Amino acid sequence: MSEPLLSVQGVKTYYGNIIALRGVDVTVNSGEIVTLIGANGAGKSTLMMTIFGSPQAREGRVIYEGKDITRRRPDEIARMSMALCPEGRRIFPRMTVFENLQMGAIVTDGTGFDRDLERVFTLFPRLKERLQQRGGTLSGGEQQMLAIGRALMSRPRVLLLDEPSLGLAPLIVKQIFNALRELNRSEGLTVFLVEQNAYHALRLAHRGYVMVNGVITLTGTGKELLKRDEVRAAYLEGGKGGVEAAAGH
Amino acid sequence: MEYFLQQLINGVTLGSIYGLIAIGYTMVYGIIGMINFAHGDIFMVSTMISLVAVVLILSIGITAVPVILLLLLLVSLLLTSLYGWTVERMAYRPLRGSFRLAPLISAIGMSIVLQNYIQNAQGADKKSFPTLIPGYMSFFNEGSFPVILQYSQLSVMVVTVVVLCIFTWLVTKTSLGRAQRACEQDLKMAALLGVNVDRTISLTFVIGAALAAVAGLMHLIYYGVTDFYAGFVVGIKAFTAAVLGGIGSLPGAVLGGLTIGLIETFFAGYVSVDYKDVAAFSILAIVLIFLPSGLLGRPEVEKV
Repeated sequence: MSEPLLSVQGVKTYYGNIIALRGVDVTVNSGEIVTLIGANGAGKSTLMMTIFGSPQAREGRVIYEGKDITRRRPDEIARMSMALCPEGRRIFPRMTVFENLQMGAIVTDGTGFDRDLERVFTLFPRLKERLQQRGGTLSGGEQQMLAIGRALMSRPRVLLLDEPSLGLAPLIVKQIFNALRELNRSEGLTVFLVEQNAYHALRLAHRGYVMVNGVITLTGTGKELLKRDEVRAAYLEGGKGGVEAAAGH
Repeated sequence: MEYFLQQLINGVTLGSIYGLIAIGYTMVYGIIGMINFAHGDIFMVSTMISLVAVVLILSIGITAVPVILLLLLLVSLLLTSLYGWTVERMAYRPLRGSFRLAPLISAIGMSIVLQNYIQNAQGADKKSFPTLIPGYMSFFNEGSFPVILQYSQLSVMVVTVVVLCIFTWLVTKTSLGRAQRACEQDLKMAALLGVNVDRTISLTFVIGAALAAVAGLMHLIYYGVTDFYAGFVVGIKAFTAAVLGGIGSLPGAVLGGLTIGLIETFFAGYVSVDYKDVAAFSILAIVLIFLPSGLLGRPEVEKV
């Protein structure tokens, strides 16, 4: 097997003196959709942000396209054809949809901007209707589409997505996951997806990782993980179990 | 009526200068949430640069006024921007990520450094600037009180409008301005998209200083004097203007500048010249108590 596109090796990340990642290993191969699932506070978003150099890992390495990017600044990493849609979407609220998309394209040299724009409109036609509207006035689903569209404007090889389904109606979630599947299938876009919505994420992904308390506890193909009892108990039927556990104590 | 018109002209002239300086305060606050208390002194330094430059220009025998003004503007813009850039680099950037008050304290220190540096280098006395734009228009000559519009006042207004148009274009239409606004709205996200945040912050200081340089030259053309302490009161008033307009809001800074200029002038004209500063600073107190987000500012509630 060839070298992975992105690999996280023994990464430890701290917030001050509090450890958030306790030595994490994750690999993402070119053309794959890989998902990372886990409970709230497990460190999923921290891993995503650590890959992007904010905060930087205190120990371990992040290798991308064969280069060590552990000590690179976020804006340098953004220029290496990696894009991140962070948690909470972080649309620029007082910029128009068009300006938000222009911001996504700042790492490109500007050629092919119109083509990239068309690609985003094909995936998310709603954005075309909202083009001159301010980002802050969009609905949650539209903001998520804009966040993904903005990330795609940089023509990434790998797209890191943090909880794209958070707070969205099931229909919109389906639409967004279909868009990701389509991007992966037709353009070979590599996707690393962090999700609490484990069922949809594992069905979409080729491979998955389960994170608990800052360490990876399980890994396998999406289908395998879907069948594992511990995954089902904790993340798929967890609604009931969680309520009972909370009531019990 | 004529008296009112005269005060209006004077107020708009003064307000234009405040507005140009206020933009520097508001932009810096917008992007790093810090009041750059050395900004008034950057304005003062720019008047000194213009002063030295005009002596040099006159001494090499250039006498055409448009050429002199253009040269002055150019020299002052370049050197003042360099000051703005250096101050950020030396006094604020090393403190980024430190506690919130650290750069504020550093700014006050920088203000003292600049004042003392100029006092030592140029002396403590008031310096006068040659009258470059003499003459005036006068209206209502038949009445008891002719209204006078000096050409220097007219140039202050015209230059301010032109500079504000260029500035607005820069911020709203260019990719630099877009990156600047992105940083202002979400510094971290801008970095994740590939914006070099440090460079954008530097740029913000450079633009602020450049506008202060224009204001400095306008101030000299209109008032004709400056000294090492000239940045203090003007700076605080421009800061008041930025707060009145809503700190962080660019149109607010200009609106606030004009308002403060008018209030001060009308107070001086109708109530008392001696207490005009009291009027301006009372506004600051009133705004902070009753309208903390200013005229065009956004309330400090962030949606998460």
